[in-house]
Amino acid sequence: MTKAHNPDSTAGLGKYLVSGPPFLFLLLMFAAPAVITVIASFSYPGEFGGLAPLITSDPNTLHGVTLETYQFFFSDFIYIEIFIKSILMASCTTLICLSLAYPLALLIARSPSRRRDILVLLVILPFASNFLIRIYAWMIVLGPQSALSLLINGMLKLFGLAPVHLLFSSFAVLIALVYVHLPFMVLPLYTNLEKHDPNLLDAAQDLGANAWQRFWRVTFPLSLPGVFAGTALVFIPALGMFAIPEILGGTGDMLIGNLIKEQYLVTRDWPFGATLSIMLTIAVLLIAWLTAKLGARRGSYV
Amino acid sequence: MYSRIGRCGAGLWAAALTVYVFLYLPLAIVVAYSFNDSRLNAEWTGFTWHWYQVLLHDEDMLIAAGNSLFIALVSSLISTVLGTMAGIAIYRYDFKVLNFMVMTPVAMPEILLGVSLLLFYIQVLNLTLGMLSIVLAHVAFSIGFVAIVVRAGLAALDVSIFEAARDLGASPWQTFRHVTYPLILPGMIAGGLMAFTLSIDDFVITFFTAGVGVQTLPLHIYSMIKTTVTPEVNAVSTLLMLLTLTLILAAARFAPDLLKGKY
Repeated sequence: MTKAHNPDSTAGLGKYLVSGPPFLFLLLMFAAPAVITVIASFSYPGEFGGLAPLITSDPNTLHGVTLETYQFFFSDFIYIEIFIKSILMASCTTLICLSLAYPLALLIARSPSRRRDILVLLVILPFASNFLIRIYAWMIVLGPQSALSLLINGMLKLFGLAPVHLLFSSFAVLIALVYVHLPFMVLPLYTNLEKHDPNLLDAAQDLGANAWQRFWRVTFPLSLPGVFAGTALVFIPALGMFAIPEILGGTGDMLIGNLIKEQYLVTRDWPFGATLSIMLTIAVLLIAWLTAKLGARRGSYV
Repeated sequence: MYSRIGRCGAGLWAAALTVYVFLYLPLAIVVAYSFNDSRLNAEWTGFTWHWYQVLLHDEDMLIAAGNSLFIALVSSLISTVLGTMAGIAIYRYDFKVLNFMVMTPVAMPEILLGVSLLLFYIQVLNLTLGMLSIVLAHVAFSIGFVAIVVRAGLAALDVSIFEAARDLGASPWQTFRHVTYPLILPGMIAGGLMAFTLSIDDFVITFFTAGVGVQTLPLHIYSMIKTTVTPEVNAVSTLLMLLTLTLILAAARFAPDLLKGKY
């Protein structure tokens, strides 16, 4: 029901009563913290953690606005390196999710409608289990005594190669990133593929297209809005992930999320932590904007 | 409906089956090892209930579980009320700013909300971290999920029933109480159950807003994973999976589209 459908003269008071409480709550619990983060990123660190005041009556204490943390971020390559590594990790995660999700989504979309719901349910259910448990499960699967580790190292031994540690590695981080984000790719793809008109494929076949051509020139281009929606849904949370590297990664597998956590909870340099948050936010907004734009452009062909 | 060429080949089935195995196998192993009569998560040695008994006598675990249930109950009640209001406001009044504020915490990396709340609690509110700070944080990210379900429920309704109610002389409140409310109640219950599940499961935001005094179940599981992994973790994981599974299936009874990938 849009406004056009519903010219409502009594809307005045009701509108404020209904929208006021959630609006005020989120103004306090979402908008204000976001504003404070921006301010903090331009502040000096406080003497005992926290922030130095912006204004003070004592001119001897550190106070005011500064670009110091931003300069610090760009001056030391290690931070930019962690950002690049996180973006690469999130990109790999997205690509692997896409290649795993596509056949599955295609299968579900082409199944008889009664079977579709159950197949989708089977994708969503593991997702309903706790996030930490899903990560922890990989600790067992990749552990040094696990069947998988023994198998891989047994094969390596046959070829005379040194055994590898699967756990606490970039590999473990990547596999868990794919695991926890996979449903985010399957669902938008499925929603898109389900809407395709099967007559298009018949037409393509009548015009002499083989199975491969039908996929690349009909199904895939039409599914791009779903691909971009899934990309945003996987890439964005993967980029900000901190629990997976914390649990399954080695010492060198720190991502942006771990860096932010460290600034807030360990080093307690909040201005720098806030700066990193802002940088992550900018990266996320760029991805969201890009995927929305590409998705909309492709979508207009359908 | 699909023509012959649109059907699924054996290759597609094989690929899809592999993905399902990938999705379920790790969780199946956790469940299986929760009944394993060995201290190591490495090989099957025999069936036991031992780890569940250990769990029942683990005081810290029980306290953490109690905290989690309390936080989930309070925060889901608050977010059901606020989320329903938000869903109605966005749908009926096309309130764009509210829509943005409701949806962004759902879409952005959780860590951003977590650390910004930490900063806000300490620096601005001067609040001691604990139950209150966790509950408020959970409400902040749950409102969106309730709003999405409620708004979808409203969008599925026939507009003319509201017009009919008004034409018959119902006041806006009467229209809400006797027409809108009964129709969106299933959506509210589904949203509330989802908020409860999200709260009881949340690790990242709780990690930043809990402080040192309060342990929740995910925080406790995290510290166990980080220090000494015993099969007790498998047992608590299995129970928690059962609980969330029940909650999600219950929510889907009230909003069937929830498990059809339609949101």
